[in-house]
Amino acid sequence: MAGTPSRPDPVTIDGRPTIDGPLTIDGTELGSRLILGTGGATSHASLEAAVRASGTELVTVALRRVPKDGVGGLLDLLGDCGVRLLPNTAGCRTARDALLTARLGREALETSWVKLEVIADDRTLLPDVVETIDAAEQLVRDGFVVLPYTNDDPIAAQRLVDAGCAAVMPLGAPIGSGLGIRNPHAIELIRELVDVPVILDAGIGTASHAALAMELGCDAVLLATAVTRAEDPEAMARAMHHAVEAGWLARHAGRIPVRRLARASSPTEGLVEW
Amino acid sequence: MNVIVNGEQHRLEPGTTVAALVGTLGLPSRGIAIALDRVIVPRSRWATEVLSPGAELEVVTAMQGG
Repeated sequence: MAGTPSRPDPVTIDGRPTIDGPLTIDGTELGSRLILGTGGATSHASLEAAVRASGTELVTVALRRVPKDGVGGLLDLLGDCGVRLLPNTAGCRTARDALLTARLGREALETSWVKLEVIADDRTLLPDVVETIDAAEQLVRDGFVVLPYTNDDPIAAQRLVDAGCAAVMPLGAPIGSGLGIRNPHAIELIRELVDVPVILDAGIGTASHAALAMELGCDAVLLATAVTRAEDPEAMARAMHHAVEAGWLARHAGRIPVRRLARASSPTEGLVEW
Repeated sequence: MNVIVNGEQHRLEPGTTVAALVGTLGLPSRGIAIALDRVIVPRSRWATEVLSPGAELEVVTAMQGG
């Protein structure tokens, strides 16, 4: 718009980001509200195409034993894409394991950011919230910027914020399920209760799910499988880019109220009388 | 002496440092992290950290993951 600065003050009077404000995590501004997980990509070429098409500035990686045939080119690839790395603690079942994995990630990738993930079992991959909160408290004390994957439980989210987390990342549905957002009301409640970015993490299957997350008030969406295991990951990454943008704009554009009955959009005055 | 790296036995000369092990295994110096008996060994200590017989090391790097 003419006469307005290109980067307006990202905070409104009520403390919420404005329509043009960037996603800000721990004081760091990110130009995209889509965070991409790298798991599930069938090749480096496919992953690179998806990362570039998504417009993301933050991607998650896992930490695993160095393969016998060397470290591979993942870090070089992501470096070429110019994205920031978010190491996760995927696969951890206890706070103790998550702490060690987070520290390995900090050492290997030279970042204090961590996606904290402590799961309860392999069948559901649901978060173990007790272990997650325990780990979050210790990681915050250790200087980490903690982004925890958590249940769609407003109270758990609040406890994670109390522990000092820089964001909360409630699930929409189980990881990899593509079921979408099973409890939209809970996601809205989380948004109302906490004063850090809310990032919908897990369960996204298609573009409408990502748009809905943003319409519910989320500040960002984190997804992996929906893109990496789509038939055309690059096209789905583009779709998600637009979905997150559209959802964010719609949320902030002030949607019309829901009505039970119709309201004509054409004028009734001057109607031709037959 | 024997040490365990990522679950596998490796035979090393006594007095081998973490840095020497990294060289022996042909690993890059960046993009990896090492835990010795569940404690991180920062890169700055690789050259001085001498391995004991039976030491258990985990050497990790970034892989694709959600």
